[in-house]
Amino acid sequence: MLGRLLRRLAGLVATLFAASFVIFAAVYAAPGDPAVFLAGGRDKLTPEKLAAVREQYHLDEPLVVQYGRWLWDCLHGDLGRSFKYTDQVADLLTSRLPTTLELVAYATVLFVVFGVGAGIVAAVRRGWADQAVVGGTTLAASVPNFVAAIGLVALFGVRLGWFPVTGQGSGFTGTLHHLTLPAVSLALGALAVISRVTRQSMLDAAASDHVAAARASGVPERTLVRRHVLRNALGPIVTMCGLVTAGMLAGTVVVETAFGLSGVGSLLVNAINTHDFPVAQAVLLLMVTGYVVVTNLVDLVHPLLDPRVRAERSAA
Amino acid sequence: MTDTHGHRPAAGAQPAAGARMPSARAEQPGAEPAPAGSAAAEPEAAARGASGGAEPLLDIVGLGLELPGAARPLLADVSLRVRPGEVVGLVGESGSGKSTTAKAALALFPDGARPTGEVRVAGTDVLALRGEALRAHRARTVAMVHQDPRAALNPVRRVGDFLTERLALAGFAGNRAAVRGRAVELLAEVGLPDPARRLRQRPHELSGGMLQRVVIAGALAVGPRLLLADEATSALDVTTQAEILDLLRTVRREHGTGLLFITHDLQLAAAYCDRVLVMYAGRLVEHRPAEALFTDPRHPYTRGLLECSPTLDEAAAGVRPIPGRPPSLADAFPGCPFTARCPGAEPECERWQPRPVPLPGDGMAACRRLAEYEPDGAESGGADAGTDARGAAAGAEGVERAGADPSPGPVAVSAPARRDAAPGPVSGTTEGGAG
Repeated sequence: MLGRLLRRLAGLVATLFAASFVIFAAVYAAPGDPAVFLAGGRDKLTPEKLAAVREQYHLDEPLVVQYGRWLWDCLHGDLGRSFKYTDQVADLLTSRLPTTLELVAYATVLFVVFGVGAGIVAAVRRGWADQAVVGGTTLAASVPNFVAAIGLVALFGVRLGWFPVTGQGSGFTGTLHHLTLPAVSLALGALAVISRVTRQSMLDAAASDHVAAARASGVPERTLVRRHVLRNALGPIVTMCGLVTAGMLAGTVVVETAFGLSGVGSLLVNAINTHDFPVAQAVLLLMVTGYVVVTNLVDLVHPLLDPRVRAERSAA
Repeated sequence: MTDTHGHRPAAGAQPAAGARMPSARAEQPGAEPAPAGSAAAEPEAAARGASGGAEPLLDIVGLGLELPGAARPLLADVSLRVRPGEVVGLVGESGSGKSTTAKAALALFPDGARPTGEVRVAGTDVLALRGEALRAHRARTVAMVHQDPRAALNPVRRVGDFLTERLALAGFAGNRAAVRGRAVELLAEVGLPDPARRLRQRPHELSGGMLQRVVIAGALAVGPRLLLADEATSALDVTTQAEILDLLRTVRREHGTGLLFITHDLQLAAAYCDRVLVMYAGRLVEHRPAEALFTDPRHPYTRGLLECSPTLDEAAAGVRPIPGRPPSLADAFPGCPFTARCPGAEPECERWQPRPVPLPGDGMAACRRLAEYEPDGAESGGADAGTDARGAAAGAEGVERAGADPSPGPVAVSAPARRDAAPGPVSGTTEGGAG
């Protein structure tokens, strides 16, 4: 057990190490020279000034050296200073992160409840309910989430006035109220994949012999669905929900921009636009970390759902 | 339906046991040592079994099953009865309709199938049951033991959860500890060692034989009056098979349940059951007291099945497989479905609609040339069996009822003796099988 955890942890660290290098290199390779931006624009630029700026920010060193310096600082909790705001990157992140996390958590609750629920209905009722779920969720998924966001704002924010259209609110109910529309537009796209995975996984589970045997012994249909079909179908459902949530951590940019939320996503977009290397790198690293951590959690949950997985792993 | 190679050794070992059967049968039931756990027998179940002796537990009359798109009916004109405490065997190749017939007792049919005829369980018309009444019937009156216990149990739930669920279905009231205590009792009754620990285990941690005991314990939990054993021992190795057979026999005796025992192994059925029905292509082809079927099979298909298995007396060269293949649902038959594979088939057989022809004494066989197969030229039943088609069906019904009824009437000499000594032979059989 402990050995397995350690091995998993080592894998996690290796993944993060590789990801951090890719992120650093990608931002480095992005078009545009940060030194020009840092020096205050192209018009008043002299070569001497540019060289001075480069030296001050260590931009004149080779890529590997810059990466080593950055990594070393990161490991010591120092994510660097923003080129643009001159604040500590860590402070920027801690002020922005809660909004994004709340938004993702809210959206996760929404797509788990409605996506899994719709999948269960489709699998159990079949017929027209099945078709309605597949059709409805496909439609929802095919609408890009900024279009959905605009539509939701137009209907519920402007016409009906039920929800605020911008800002993140304060307090639990205030946050909930403000984040409802963003969370809905974020969750809509996930409904299709979650409901379909749930439906298929339940149909597979329902086809097993033990379900037929339980039905033959007069187990009520409701109990059958809950204890024998849904319970056995949970593996793929949990995996998919985890992957979608992990993906959302890196996918809030559009929705945050559309609803004027100052989360991590909008921070990233601004950082990229202004060549703010340290911020962009930190945000990307955070997103990768979130993704890796969530997927690893899902893997850890799997043996709890299916004891046979546990048996296989301990045998191996 | 199942892998025949898996239990070939069992089939090979059976005839030896079968040969010893008559002497084993002579023992009195009282001489049988009480197996472990017999003290836990439910008195109420035994009382129910005794009081219900008059009416058959399972009474299927003229059951037919049509499936849209199939060239022939899944089942045609199947009639059988199981009385309290009786073991009735149902034998045939894969796809012959054995399981479909048994599942009719639960009103479980393939999607879209249309049943005709009558299925009564303890007097209740099962085909008319709907909704909650049907569920209650499945939960309490009939229990099924499946071929593969590993497939019949939910792999992610504990053994204890399975038993608790069945106890709840039976309306067992009580707190957690009481339910748990009853579950432990049930596992002890089916002979599982260390029952309290088994409750916490999951199916993948137990062997096939242990799991089949768990499934039987689950069946017992609801105190069923009729037990359907659908190839319940086919997936187990020989010694485990013998133990499970013994257990089923014990259950039947102590709870007075009727047992419909489905197998593809004719030797096993003949050694284990009181009466045996042989099915082919959804029809009953022969119905006899077990011993008569084994010693004197009348339908060419039954003979073919017996010749398929090697015996100790013969060399391996004596094994004669039935030529051809079992018919599929795409094959339609204007006449006798066995014509294509029958060694004695005549052109007329292809047009002869099979019907039960009563045999002298007891049982029936559905063969046009039955009279010509008369082994010692017995005159008694020859005339009407061979030619008189008009009264054949009605006659068969009469004979079947007479044969099934243990008390009065012209029953074959062997039948009452078999019935009384029924518990005996299993120990003989199991020893034969195990040794």
